Amino acid sequence: MLKQIEGSHAVAHVVAQCRPNVISAYPITPQTHIVEELAEIVGAGQLDAEFVNVESEFSAASVVLGASAAGARAYTATSSQGLLLMSEVIYCIAGMRLPIVMTCANRAISAPLSIWNDQQDSMAVRDAGWIQLHAEDNQEASDLHVQAFKIAERTFLPVMVCMDGFILTHAFEPVDIPEQKEVDDFLPTFKPRHIVDPRWPRGIGLFADPRFYMETRYILHRALEKSEETIKEVSSEFAKTFGRESGGFIKAYKLEEADVVVISMGSVVGTIKELIDQLEEEGKKVGLLQICSYRPFPRHEVYRALKDKMNIVVLEKCISLGRGGILASDVRWSFPRAEKKDRDISSFVAGLGGRNISIDDLRYMVEKVEKEPVEFEFLGLKEELIAEKDM
Amino acid sequence: MREQSKYLEGVDKKDLFASGHRACGGCGQALAARLVADAAGENTIACVATGCLEVFSGPYPDPSWRIPFLHSLFENASAVASGVDAAYKALKKGPVNIIAHGGDGSTADIGFQSISGMFERGHNVLYVCYDNEAYMNTGVQRSSFTPYGARTSTTPTGNTTRKKNMPMLAADHGIPYVATATVDDFRDLQLKIRKALTIEGPKYIHILAPCPLGWGHHGELTVEICRLAKDTGLFPVYEIIDGKVTNVRKIPVKVPVEEYLKPQGRFKHLFKKGVPTKEVDVIQEIANQNIERFNL
Repeated sequence: MLKQIEGSHAVAHVVAQCRPNVISAYPITPQTHIVEELAEIVGAGQLDAEFVNVESEFSAASVVLGASAAGARAYTATSSQGLLLMSEVIYCIAGMRLPIVMTCANRAISAPLSIWNDQQDSMAVRDAGWIQLHAEDNQEASDLHVQAFKIAERTFLPVMVCMDGFILTHAFEPVDIPEQKEVDDFLPTFKPRHIVDPRWPRGIGLFADPRFYMETRYILHRALEKSEETIKEVSSEFAKTFGRESGGFIKAYKLEEADVVVISMGSVVGTIKELIDQLEEEGKKVGLLQICSYRPFPRHEVYRALKDKMNIVVLEKCISLGRGGILASDVRWSFPRAEKKDRDISSFVAGLGGRNISIDDLRYMVEKVEKEPVEFEFLGLKEELIAEKDM
Repeated sequence: MREQSKYLEGVDKKDLFASGHRACGGCGQALAARLVADAAGENTIACVATGCLEVFSGPYPDPSWRIPFLHSLFENASAVASGVDAAYKALKKGPVNIIAHGGDGSTADIGFQSISGMFERGHNVLYVCYDNEAYMNTGVQRSSFTPYGARTSTTPTGNTTRKKNMPMLAADHGIPYVATATVDDFRDLQLKIRKALTIEGPKYIHILAPCPLGWGHHGELTVEICRLAKDTGLFPVYEIIDGKVTNVRKIPVKVPVEEYLKPQGRFKHLFKKGVPTKEVDVIQEIANQNIERFNL
């Protein structure tokens, strides 16, 4: 049923429909509304779950780690500094193959302090062994959580659902919240694989000396690569059950005829589509390739979709300082070396710390790459705030 | 032999913490962990912090634990145990004993926030702290439990601060049961474990666990050192039930701190040609304060 609802609340309601047994909660902007709403739902008796108000994000992650290892379906949510504080546990959760679902309401990283949106936070833990799915709008953010539990519990990999802070979390949009029965039919009861239980004493989290450690990394890497199939399967099962496309690996918009292709992920794709429609009316063929699953990275899909495209521009809300675009690196790596030479892959970073990405910014970007490729550029910089002596 | 068997009377020996682990000879923590595991019994989950205990008892593929064992990080055993507790409540499983195990660093330094959160939230978890008064796993660096005067690799001229009083800090969270114990009195230690596990809510047991390597004493003296720690007044043994100090172990014959300090290499610099320096007076004063405070 369509409901005019804040993004955070939509996510909270859908998470509750997934019936997590344990939820750990610690406030951080812009995630807070999610756990607040879950607290209301649990408090009202609409969800039978243990709601643990912890003393830090570090413990939020540790509590869901312990709960999952004891056989519970466990959920938490965070942002920015909270995710960084968790990062040690984030790696552990993946290494221990615990199918935890977490929302990351994407936000910039200090310093300077910024509560506003970019995607630097989830990027900082991209190598930890979690599946990372990026939502375009609040419908997709909600849908991805239902899928996330299923993907996690099929693959025994943790799933992070990334949604842009404020732009999505605090936006009121009509969202189709499924019926409880539909979610119950879609998401089977969690059947844990290894748990701590005195009936079957076993050790979880033993330490591995150099004879064993590397294989654990290899297995985790392969499991992430293999999760590609599960992500696609679950996305199409979702479409079958709920009658709408959400998630998956990549999505394309007006790609086939496009002379210039923009690649991006998250909420900014809405503005990009708007621009593409405007440019189409002006007779220009621009397309979009949207990355839905950032980890595992859809390398082969990106290649298949773009192998005939010679002018590609990657737009992202994060940066590897001292290197440049992160998503751009992933995209450049998706093409076989021998094919790369004639293809232009431009890289733009935009929207850091909540800087608005306007349709005019995007138009400037597309028009610029139509003329010549751009190795790397900050979009929307205020030159007047920059002094040479500071660099 | 007869004397030994009498000493072990009433002591649970179920071998839930198997021999053959990698602890040093005379390790107080290994002895304590075995006593804890055997007192708690099979229906127990151990959430272990990174540290000596985890390293010598939890290597893949041959851990020593015959009960479920969960380890993830250095500073989060309390939070992980909280999660296990929450899961058991949510899944309506149990009852089960959930015991978090940590050394002094993972309890009172890096894990202090986590343990404080676990206490304050009221999880049904027993936290056992193995106090060997420094970071032994990384090679004897100072912790907030390192006593005044002790030499560690990061206090090479002797520690200048006094030991953090963790049992009192635990009690001030308003938890129902706090106790201290040592590895020279098996029965007392196991009694406290069993007692704690009958109480609903967070519990804290602080065990003095000498480290022959870090303290510089002979392995066979581990038990004797504990006795001296108690009889000098440096390690008071008591319980705190619902906020009240009780069952304080009285010292039969008071012993000057010198006798505790002398067998330990970490205090060797406090004696010049056998003559105690003024630091020894400070340590004696600490012992006297304990004797007075707890009426030992």
